[in-house]
Amino acid sequence: MALNAKTLSDEEYFYGHKACAGCGGSLAVRMALKVLGENSVAVLPAGCMSAVGFNFPQLCFSNNAIISTFAGTASMLTGIEAGLRAQGITDFHAVGFAGDGGTADIGIQALSGAIDRNDNIIYICYDNEAYMNTGIQKSSLTPFGARTTTTPAGENIRGNLRPKKNMFEIVAAHDIPYAATASIGYIDDFINKVEKASKINGTKYIHVIAPCPTGWGVATDETVDIAKEVVDCGLWYLAEYEDGGYKLNYRPKKFTDAADYLKRQGRFKHLTDDDIDIIKASRDKKWAYIDKNFK
Amino acid sequence: MKPYLRDKIPVGFEEIPDAPAYEAGYLVTKNAGWRNKRPVINSQKCVGCLRCYMYCPDGVIYKKDGKVDIDYDFCKGCEICRKVCKIGAIEMEAEK
Ligand SMILES: Cc1ncc(C[n+]2csc(CCOP(=O)(O)OP(=O)(O)O)c2C)c(N)n1
Ligand code: SF4
Ligand code: SF4
Ligand code: SF4
Ligand SMILES: [Mg+2]
Repeated sequence: MALNAKTLSDEEYFYGHKACAGCGGSLAVRMALKVLGENSVAVLPAGCMSAVGFNFPQLCFSNNAIISTFAGTASMLTGIEAGLRAQGITDFHAVGFAGDGGTADIGIQALSGAIDRNDNIIYICYDNEAYMNTGIQKSSLTPFGARTTTTPAGENIRGNLRPKKNMFEIVAAHDIPYAATASIGYIDDFINKVEKASKINGTKYIHVIAPCPTGWGVATDETVDIAKEVVDCGLWYLAEYEDGGYKLNYRPKKFTDAADYLKRQGRFKHLTDDDIDIIKASRDKKWAYIDKNFK
Repeated sequence: MKPYLRDKIPVGFEEIPDAPAYEAGYLVTKNAGWRNKRPVINSQKCVGCLRCYMYCPDGVIYKKDGKVDIDYDFCKGCEICRKVCKIGAIEMEAEK
């Protein structure tokens, strides 16, 4: 049976944390742990979720949790899984929560190695599209056009020049047992993907869009709404990779206007109509690819 | 069980552990002071759909008698619950 508000555990494992009001990343961590339960061993590298979760003596994880080196989320998961297995413990989930910077830039080598060994771990990338904890610097998952402190918007250069790295398909290209994209705006889809991952042997990767009101320049109550809109306007998609093939989980009948999605965020306010046309064209190209290659 | 505030706040070196490990879920400070406005649930209107419970980033909305209630010690006043409630059962009230 599919997991939902009624069947999901009532326990809270990420509580009293110091994330900004309305933080999308904290919702992703909270929900994943409600699915995985008390016997999860969580690994968090440098980034907002470790910064807001471990402020001794305020320790906001009610399950076992540890901060890893920035680059070492996946390798620490490997070690935890091997160590518990060596002690004969089988009833646990080694789960990592790393940001976009900690995943697509800094932790990509360790992640690639873990997938190559097919270690039995769950790796969740909560993607807020920049290095938020240090004050909004560009990562390779920052989308084209976004203003960050290292990709400022001026007259000549209008925010980030590079497209968002395709982490989902990079991971899938390892022929991983299970990979998925998700958004906290579609929370039921996300929790069911976490649940599915928890039952698969080998390495699992879930890439969840988790808006950051502070870095995106939106109000604290807009987080969930905007995480839904990014899917509805086609700039993100809900999909899975399994048994060597891609599957699309949701196809919006008609995209909502991507310009509305962009213009409501401070980080995109500077974009011109031409910039927005570039973004729409790359979206349409991506969807042509999805329609051709995803089931 | 919801994690709860502890009576004992470790202060001083003798109470701080030697090893870099400590009891999980040990809470000593509230987040209530972050709020300018508090969400108030109109239990007449609430139909117990649990959308607010699912989307609260802080997990401070909990199930109660087929409806929901809020742990104000840790609510930050983000208003996500108000926004996701489709029938307008949550209103914000200014904190005094
Ligand atoms: C080796 C190393 N380099 C840099 C830092 C500083 N640092 C801490 S958190 C952070 C940003 C992390 O960004 P991301 O992984 O996207 O997570 P977010 O903060 O956005 O949640 C940086 C650069 C560090 N702690 N360690
Ligand atoms: S800066 Fe963004 S990601 Fe970090 S805690 Fe605040 S809202 Fe969450
Ligand atoms: S205002 Fe925010 S933190 Fe408070 S109960 Fe609503 S969603 Fe949760
Ligand atoms: S979203 Fe509204 S109706 Fe649904 S449980 Fe919450 S307060 Fe009640
Ligand atoms: Mg980030």
